[in-house]
Amino acid sequence: MEIEKIDDNIYEVPVGYRPGMRVPGRIFVSAALREMVEPGTVDQVANVATLPGIVGHSMAMPDAHLGYGFPIGGVAAFKEQGGIISPGGVGFDINCGVRLLRSDLQARDVQPLINTLLDALFQAVPSGLGSTGRLHATDRQLTESFLRGAEWAVEEGYGVESDLDFCEENGSMPGADPSQVGVKARKRGRPQLGTLGSGNHFLEIQRVEEIYDQEIAKRFGLFKGQITVMIHCGSRGAGHQICTDHLDVLSKAVRKYNIDIPDKQLACAPLGTPEADHYFGAMVCAANYAWANRHIIAHWTREVFDRYFPGSQLQLLYDVAHNVAKIEEHRVEGKKERLYVHRKGATRAFGPSRTEIPAAYEGLGQPVLIPGSMGTASYVLCGQDKALDLTFGSACHGSGRVMSRSQALRQFTGKEVKAALNRDGIAVRSTSPGMLAEEAPQVYKPSGDVVDVVHNLGIATRVARLVPLGVSKG
Amino acid sequence: MMIPFEYLEHTADVKFRAYGTTPDQMLSNAAAALFGAMISPGQVKVEESWQVELEAEDLEDLAYQWLSEIVFLFETESAVFSRFQVALEEIEDGKGWKLRAEIGGERMDPERHSFLAEVKAVTRHKFAIKKNERWCIQVVLDV
Repeated sequence: MEIEKIDDNIYEVPVGYRPGMRVPGRIFVSAALREMVEPGTVDQVANVATLPGIVGHSMAMPDAHLGYGFPIGGVAAFKEQGGIISPGGVGFDINCGVRLLRSDLQARDVQPLINTLLDALFQAVPSGLGSTGRLHATDRQLTESFLRGAEWAVEEGYGVESDLDFCEENGSMPGADPSQVGVKARKRGRPQLGTLGSGNHFLEIQRVEEIYDQEIAKRFGLFKGQITVMIHCGSRGAGHQICTDHLDVLSKAVRKYNIDIPDKQLACAPLGTPEADHYFGAMVCAANYAWANRHIIAHWTREVFDRYFPGSQLQLLYDVAHNVAKIEEHRVEGKKERLYVHRKGATRAFGPSRTEIPAAYEGLGQPVLIPGSMGTASYVLCGQDKALDLTFGSACHGSGRVMSRSQALRQFTGKEVKAALNRDGIAVRSTSPGMLAEEAPQVYKPSGDVVDVVHNLGIATRVARLVPLGVSKG
Repeated sequence: MMIPFEYLEHTADVKFRAYGTTPDQMLSNAAAALFGAMISPGQVKVEESWQVELEAEDLEDLAYQWLSEIVFLFETESAVFSRFQVALEEIEDGKGWKLRAEIGGERMDPERHSFLAEVKAVTRHKFAIKKNERWCIQVVLDV
């Protein structure tokens, strides 16, 4: 069975591509990006299509690349009756996500201070491998963060009430069950609350380089030459351990409920069973923890900006999750249905018809934040209703890797990468300079190409391009 | 001579195979492969030791728990490791496996330890144990 091009930017993986597929797969890429999709990624799309209760298509966004379980960029929705939930569709870094703060500052005023500012941010926001926070959360505070996420953070004095309107799920997803979070996850999570972590996570000072849609940009509060700050991180060790622990339980559930899975990472349980409920309750804890985490980091970022630019107003433009499973209402064959939508390395991209978007953006759609890789542009898009028909309201989450980490380490050194970025006028701070090599800009697909596909499909439209001035990495 | 482990190409993550003449040796080598993805073992002095005891119904579940335990210890102990000695024991009547291990390493020192990657977790994607002339485990790490 061959993959078939069914429209510009849409490729179909037919039922029968591998045995047991219940629905076709769909990969949303341009002809040029199609060349970069590895056979393993297509197999992963087909694997997801075999899971019970899957609705519509097993999908891969334009940044799709090889993952574990679902591909990275994978989206799939499952029926409440007869469907499943799987940590393979969420990943270990539950609610890894992106937050964008907009300032009222001009890049020309900030540029001369960029190194000072970056040093101060690097100091204020703990980062790096196994980094522990300034916060020293108590057990009780940890539980509150699991239960109420960003809402709890605001109560503790991090950020302001109005920030919550600008977070997906208002920064606090219902359904958290801390009793399903094990001792190990708590032990990892407690000291790490309020830390950026490492790997591809970052805190970046950016300049708005180009506005594509003046009207929407104005409503989002964006203008050319403006300084923005992007925060990319997730639920840290708490989320990783929650996933690890429940994967163990769900691997046994697969045998118990006699589900045939083509990849062990797709371990799952039928919705409505205790195993499914327990995983969902624990996953929501991690999701809320991640929102609290980004809220705390944003607060410290505001403090730093206020020190150097007194009265500077860093406003939250939006905060999106890109590794999560959620209960959402969607139209299936003309009828409204509650579905468990899994997005793994994919961003929700709801259009104006959805009630979930902030009142301030009424009539527009939600901001879709697509971070670039280190040193390349990030994009702000605006979700469109067409995404509801095509992708259960989803878009890509980044640019997608094309080069393996080991290959990157053979080709570049951290030192060279840093020097190249500096030549491009981008300041960098990192706790592990050796790790810069594997995040070199060249290891990712060009972010503009990925964004073009999303725009051309009409899932979300381009609003602005942001370029980095300074990056703080773990 | 048998190589203890080897890394295979994977676009986003780290994939390896570790070998052993016994399952004990295979799991010791797998731990070294996991940690070697984060930091070169030459940078790690053996100054302290940690004991691990685990039990599982089958060898595969036990291997998954063991490798996950190393990630957990790395974070919660703020320590780096370079020596792994695993001893396995089959529980009577084939009811499962017991693992006892000693891990050697030292506390993390950001001044001296330079990391190559952060292993977030051990995945179950293509996770497999095989025994032909020797034991082999295949693992994909989320980094």
